[in-house]
Amino acid sequence: MSNHSSGHSPGRPPGDAAGDEHLPRTARDLPKDPPRKRARKGAEDPAQDPELGRGSPVGRRLVLGMLGLGAAGVAVGGSMQDRIDSVLASVSAKDPTGVTGLLPGGGGFRFYSVSESIPHRGEDDYRLTIGGLVDRPVSYRLADLRALPQVHLVRDVQCVTGWRVPRTAFSGVRLSTLLDAAGVKSSGTALHFTCFDGVYTESLTLEQARRGDMLVALTMDGKPVTAAHGGPVRLYAAPMYFYKSAKWLSGITVTKDVQPGYWEHYGYDVDGWVGKSNGRHDDPTS
Amino acid sequence: MTSTDGSESPTAAMTTPRPERRWRRDETGVRRFTRAEKWVHRSFTVLMGVCVFTAACLYLPELAEIVGRRRLIVTVHEWSGILLPVPVVLGLLSRAYRADLRRLGRYFPHDGKWLGTALRLRRREPTLAGKFNAGQKLNANFVAGAVLVMIGTGLIMWFPRLTPLVWRTGATFVHDWLALLLAAVITGHVYFAASDPEARRGLRTGYVPRWWVRSQHVLWRTGEPEQPATEHSAREPERPAPEPE
Repeated sequence: MSNHSSGHSPGRPPGDAAGDEHLPRTARDLPKDPPRKRARKGAEDPAQDPELGRGSPVGRRLVLGMLGLGAAGVAVGGSMQDRIDSVLASVSAKDPTGVTGLLPGGGGFRFYSVSESIPHRGEDDYRLTIGGLVDRPVSYRLADLRALPQVHLVRDVQCVTGWRVPRTAFSGVRLSTLLDAAGVKSSGTALHFTCFDGVYTESLTLEQARRGDMLVALTMDGKPVTAAHGGPVRLYAAPMYFYKSAKWLSGITVTKDVQPGYWEHYGYDVDGWVGKSNGRHDDPTS
Repeated sequence: MTSTDGSESPTAAMTTPRPERRWRRDETGVRRFTRAEKWVHRSFTVLMGVCVFTAACLYLPELAEIVGRRRLIVTVHEWSGILLPVPVVLGLLSRAYRADLRRLGRYFPHDGKWLGTALRLRRREPTLAGKFNAGQKLNANFVAGAVLVMIGTGLIMWFPRLTPLVWRTGATFVHDWLALLLAAVITGHVYFAASDPEARRGLRTGYVPRWWVRSQHVLWRTGEPEQPATEHSAREPERPAPEPE
């Protein structure tokens, strides 16, 4: 290297051969200089280009390092997020600004809607119709639903995407109460739910729907279900992933077969039991 | 004052009715980016913008409530994210772009000093900056690594059936937290760009003023014929001062 470069004349234009760019014009004393010092000298010489030559490939190391960290994060992330969740849960309980709620795992509900905007219906224009394979098709107003026997449940809410909200209270009318009132024909085996956002649909088998923890919910955490949470009336399928709990419920149709709901067309399980479907192993919600 | 090295017609400014426009055209002088580089930056910006906006719509409850249409937003987010490397890969066809990638990836002793000064004195020292200062290099390297990690973890969530659950929760963890970090870095990038019109001009037109190079990127050898350094400094500043009528 030194032999090779000492042959250059001092007036040689800098930077025309890789590796030689940092050489000072007087190359005589080069062999004594360690490579790093030479580079620094080059940087101080205004005529030399301090950016040519090899430098150190820090950029490549950074990118590779990040890939390694990313892979490690994927490997240990699950348990780390659990720990962060518990820390954030205790912090957000005392956080008046609500900023912690925006951090990953900061707790609370995530708003998911497949429709264009939040639909609003109230006392006057809300109706829940029950039809299909029933003896007595019927339409309920909000006041009618409130007049029926109310059931109160406090369970965890588990989303299929991973978030979980502990101990959330729902109250409303059992699906079985409404089904008994309408009289399901013997040919009916499943329920098809429609929503007044005009898009979302869901389904349950008759057997699932008759469980005691399947509600047509009117309140959440002691207050009427808000429009953002699917009010005034939403389904609450307590033992299932939350996509089964259709928001803005407006119609229940008894059908001959199960008709898969909205997300179930995109690969989610029709029987959405928490911990036993969608390839997940979450704890049960109760 | 009206003539600068590199300017083709030194006296033209005297007769031009709109001196500032003329200054933009040719007195800016130094080519910083070729058309390919501008195109890569612009396409990457658009894709990143769409990706970040859709991410916000999926993640922030207030935005999610306004926008809704979750299925559509998810699809747009996935595709804008997965396409992010495409402009970079196409950019590799350009020699100038490859040269800039090399500049961004390689660090020299002055870059270490620049970072030291930035950390200790909270100052971006232009005399230690080449075509890109060490902060810009770090930003580029970080974004490159982050985009790759986001794509990897994003794919795990996009095709949930291909991987076990622990991977998916891990991927969600990395994707969420790195997204916050990336948002902070992008905010910094935009902040610095917002406070430097000449840098923005460089990406818009490809050219930056000579005085800007000498004051902000002192170690950048622009590859144009050099005159003795003293002569340059004697003629500073070459800011776009109003021309005499």
